[in-house]
Amino acid sequence: MHETDMTKALIVTIRDWWESQPEKTRISKVHLIVGEFTCVEPVSLQFAFDVQTRSTFLEGATLEIQETPLIAFCHACQQEYRPEVGIQYACPTCRSPMDDIRSGRELKIDRLEFDCPDPSKSEEHTLCT
Amino acid sequence: MHMTHDAALGINLLHANQEGADHNRAHFDQWGITCFNLMSSPGAGKTALLEKTLAALSTDLKIAVIEGDMTTELDADRLRQYGVPVIAINTGRSCHLDSRMVAGGIHRLQHDYNPNQFDLVLVENVGNLVCPAEFEVGEHAKVALLSITEGEDKPLKYPVMFREADCLLITKTDLAPYLEVDLSQIEANVRQINPQVTIIPVSAKTGEGLDTWFTWVRSTVASRQIPPVTVPI
Ligand SMILES: Nc1nc2c(ncn2[C@@H]2O[C@H](COP(=O)(O)OP(=O)(O)OP(=O)(O)O)[C@@H](O)[C@H]2O)c(=O)[nH]1
Ligand SMILES: [Mg+2]
Ligand SMILES: [Zn+2]
Ligand SMILES: [Zn+2]
Ligand SMILES: [Zn+2]
Ligand SMILES: [Zn+2]
Repeated sequence: MHETDMTKALIVTIRDWWESQPEKTRISKVHLIVGEFTCVEPVSLQFAFDVQTRSTFLEGATLEIQETPLIAFCHACQQEYRPEVGIQYACPTCRSPMDDIRSGRELKIDRLEFDCPDPSKSEEHTLCT
Repeated sequence: MHMTHDAALGINLLHANQEGADHNRAHFDQWGITCFNLMSSPGAGKTALLEKTLAALSTDLKIAVIEGDMTTELDADRLRQYGVPVIAINTGRSCHLDSRMVAGGIHRLQHDYNPNQFDLVLVENVGNLVCPAEFEVGEHAKVALLSITEGEDKPLKYPVMFREADCLLITKTDLAPYLEVDLSQIEANVRQINPQVTIIPVSAKTGEGLDTWFTWVRSTVASRQIPPVTVPI
C-alpha cells in the first residue's frame, strides 16, 4: 500500500519542479535511484507509477529504477562491507554495529528525459542520449 | 543548436514532503515547541504510552497531541480524558502521516490555542513498521516502539525505522514471563542497526521503565530550551 503514497510523493515532487520551469515539455522518462535500505519496493513502485500517472502531466512517461546496494563502512576495520539485509548488519569481520552507511539510503530523482520538441531533432536525440 | 532534452535533477523523491516538514519544524521552533514522532507497528502500545505520559508529565510540561488514526477517533478520545488538546488527523487510506497532514494539525493548534504556551507536541503516527520512518513530519526526535510480542527478528526485517529512531521503547515487558523472548537479543539486533539509539524497556501496564522514559522526555525538551548564550562584549 505504501508504494501508492511513495508514488504520490514522487509525482508531487516532479510536478513542483516541472511547474517551476519556463518551458513545459512533455516528460518521457523518469530515472530514479532507489537504495536497498529504504522502504521502497521497486516492482510495486513501477506498478503504482503506471497506474497513478494516467491522465496526468506524466501520462505515458516511463519509470526507470536503478537500485543501489546497501554498503556500510566499518571504522574499526577501515573497510566497506555489504550487510545482509534482513539477517545481519554488523561488520562481518569484527562485529562492530553498522555505523556509517555509504550507499543504500538513496531515494532520488536522478534525471528526467523529455520528448524532443521538434520531430526533425529526433535523430540528434538518439545520438546524444 | 541542440535542444535540451533531459535534465539532471538529483532531488530527493520525498522533496515535497521534506519541504513541508521544514515548514512544520519552523513553526515548532518559533513557538518553542519540541516535537516527537511516535512510530510502531499496529498495537505496539503508542496510545497506552501516551496515556501514561500525559498523566505523569502534563502538570509540569504543556503538551498537545496530534493523533493520526486511519478512520476513527478512538485513540484521540482516550487521550482527551487527560485534559490536553488532542488534534485528530483522519489519514484516510494513507498508511503513514505525511508533513502536509501534520501541517493541517499544527495550523489547527495555532488557530484554536495560543501555540506559544506549549512545550511538547507528541505525534502518534499510523501503526505501520515500514514507511512512517521515511516521511518526516517536522519532528525533532523519532521515537520507535517495539513490543516484545513482536519477536526478536523485527528490527532485522524492518530495519529502516530502527535505524532512524533516536529513542526505542521496548514495550509490554510485563508479558515477558509468558513468552519465549530474549530482551537482550532484541536490544542487540537494534544496536547492530543503530549504535546511537537510546533503548528503554517499558511496561505501560506495570509502569516498569516509565520513569526512565519520562526522564528522557524531560531532558530532551530541556536541552532544546536552553536560551542562546550571549557573550558579553
Ligand atoms: N500487557 C500489556 N499490554 C499493553 C501494554 N501497552 C499496551 N497494551 C495493550 O496493547 C493493545 C494496543 O495498545 P495501544 O496503546 O492501543 O497500541 P497502539 O500502538 O496505539 O495501536 P494503534 O494506534 O492501533 O497502532 C491494547 O490492548 C493495550 O491494552 C503494556 O505495557 N502491557
Ligand atoms: Mg494508537
Ligand atoms: Zn569491522
Ligand atoms: Zn537531443
Ligand atoms: Zn505509508
Ligand atoms: Zn504554517
